Amino acid sequence: MITIKNLHASIGDKEILRGIDLEIKAGEIHAIMGPNGSGKSTLASVLAGREDYEVTQGEVIFNGKNILEMSPEDRAREGLFLAFQYPVEIPGVSNINFLKTALNEIRAYHGQEEMPAKDFLALVKEKQKLVELDGKLANRSVNEGFSGGEKKRNEVFQMAMLNPKLAVLDETDSGLDIDALRIVATGVNALKSKENAFIVITHYQRLLDYIVPDFVHILYNGKIVKSGTKELALELEAKGYDEVKKQFENVTK
Amino acid sequence: MLAEKTNTAQLIIDKISATAGKVDFIDNDKLSKALMYLENKGIPSNKHEDYKYCNTDAVFKKEFKNIEQKLNTISDVKNYKLKDALTIVVVNGNYSESLSDKIILKGLHLTSFSSLDKEQKQKIGTLANVETDAFIALNTAFSGAGFYLKIADNEQLQIPIHILYVSSAGSEALVNPRNVIEIGKNAEATIIEEQICIGTEKVFTNFLSEKFVAENGKLKSYTFQNEGKNGFSVNTNQVSIERYAKYDNTTITLSGSLVRNNHNVVLAAQNCEAHLNGLFTTKDNQLVDNHTLMDHQMPNCESNELYKGIINDKSTGVFNGKIFVRKDAQKTNAYQSSKNILLSDDATINTKPQLEIYADDVKCSHGTSTGKIDEVAVFYLNARGIGRESANKLLLNAFAQEVIDKIEVDELKEKILTLFENEL
Ligand SMILES: Nc1ncnc2c1ncn2[C@@H]1O[C@H](COP(=O)(O)OP(=O)(O)OP(=O)(O)O)[C@@H](O)[C@H]1O
Ligand SMILES: [Mg+2]
Repeated sequence: MITIKNLHASIGDKEILRGIDLEIKAGEIHAIMGPNGSGKSTLASVLAGREDYEVTQGEVIFNGKNILEMSPEDRAREGLFLAFQYPVEIPGVSNINFLKTALNEIRAYHGQEEMPAKDFLALVKEKQKLVELDGKLANRSVNEGFSGGEKKRNEVFQMAMLNPKLAVLDETDSGLDIDALRIVATGVNALKSKENAFIVITHYQRLLDYIVPDFVHILYNGKIVKSGTKELALELEAKGYDEVKKQFENVTK
Repeated sequence: MLAEKTNTAQLIIDKISATAGKVDFIDNDKLSKALMYLENKGIPSNKHEDYKYCNTDAVFKKEFKNIEQKLNTISDVKNYKLKDALTIVVVNGNYSESLSDKIILKGLHLTSFSSLDKEQKQKIGTLANVETDAFIALNTAFSGAGFYLKIADNEQLQIPIHILYVSSAGSEALVNPRNVIEIGKNAEATIIEEQICIGTEKVFTNFLSEKFVAENGKLKSYTFQNEGKNGFSVNTNQVSIERYAKYDNTTITLSGSLVRNNHNVVLAAQNCEAHLNGLFTTKDNQLVDNHTLMDHQMPNCESNELYKGIINDKSTGVFNGKIFVRKDAQKTNAYQSSKNILLSDDATINTKPQLEIYADDVKCSHGTSTGKIDEVAVFYLNARGIGRESANKLLLNAFAQEVIDKIEVDELKEKILTLFENEL
């Protein structure tokens, strides 16, 4: 699905990602954990193609294509989806119109015709139900005035609508109450298949109770310093990052 | 400098006098004052305070060196007609009875300037004082054979009136459309004024409209400007509204090499209300200059202005909004807001609120904002597969929506929305 090799990225002269290696196969769920400021969102942003970051070394092969050369929109059209840690409010652009535009541009990229309005509305209904998103939210401006939890749920709704191959969920669980957490997890699990994959960035084990990862990685100071199975998350939950920090502080600085 | 200014005006007068029709619907006193004002003051250059960013003298010198007045005739306007509206057509300043719909609507009286009665003739030029502005003077001296539209007292028109101004010439030309619109007591009307320029050559169109809204009358007015590259225009609206009257105007400017709007509203009696909204998009070297005046003369009136501009390439937008609150105009509420998006580093916007307040118990406010397209939002859209162009369109549409939503004629709104999106 995706192979990340020796990825380095900086902003200005500050290097944030300092050699990331990660291989994700179709059907897998990878969790990325790590202390604040370690570079998790940066990795997500670099994958999505945010131009503020300069990739100085390395490559990212997504379904056989080097996506670092691609525009953010083409990456999305290739099937990459980023659920933002901080979803953006876009006053005046309705959620529905936004999704229709997105869906049809992705279809056009693959040489498909626009989705008929009727099918589109049926899809909206179906996915809205899946993530239990209030119908009123779908008609409002994108994220405008949404509560923190509603914004996150809207990200999952968009993911469900666009049905990506690889979804990167950046702290989609933070700010969610227990019910919302369960709903988001249900959404992810419903979409999960042998053909797609997920990267779940989180600080909390509790999400991983619902979305069970195949692998857990610890990102620290711009590097993946430790990888393991779901037990690693449990271990972190119990012990915190102190040990990791002590062990890798000197190595990475 | 002064001699040079006079020169442009004089040249224009010389060039168009030969072919100009006789202006027998305006009294001689006003005509001679108009010519004198024009000769003395000239065509305004950027030295003129009100034309600081709109050097019309330079435009005439550069773009209209060879005014020959080869005006085209128009045989058909069906592509521009709205389905559910009464169409009145004005070609190169002259009302065209043959292209216009037959008016058989109760309470609606349309009289061409050639058949006005004495009382109507006297009304012409009462709001547009020839000694206040060169373009009012120019229009007066060479006014086209326009029309006088009156909505009778107590009549509420159920169908909008669409006035289509067509400018078209086979040489450089200057035309001066003019009308008078009178909304009677308790009367209501919706009027759309659309301005197009469809010939092969440049036309300077100097519009002038005097609008009277009588007691408790309501006029919803839309100005739609889409003249394209060959269009250069000054549009003067002199409006006066009486007690309990309401005047709304929304001006949408999508194209035109030069578009200068002078929209002057006199709130002449108590408890009346005026709203001016504007949306303009400019590109290339275009200039769109909106000058507004809300002249609050009496107490308890309200005025509201919202102008939005999208400025691209090397083009320039101007918003100059003057609010004048005279000493008798206590309890005035006057608001003004100008918001702009610059799409290129070479684009310019000049905004200037001018508040002159001589009453002490008033609420007045103004706000201006200028920004660029929100790149954070663009990235969010990109990340969903939406390309740069569509992302811009979505965001600019969202920006413009507030003004476009003021258009209550669905057919017009849809037409403008489509053309607006094509401009982006
Ligand atoms: N635009 C930026 N300008 C300057 N520094 C930045 C920028 N973006 C990120 N950084 C820095 O890069 C480092 C990594 O940030 P990042 O947001 O990737 O962390 P994170 O692992 O997602 O943290 P959190 O768990 O708090 O979300 C931080 O030190 C942050 O301050
Ligand atoms: Mg983060």
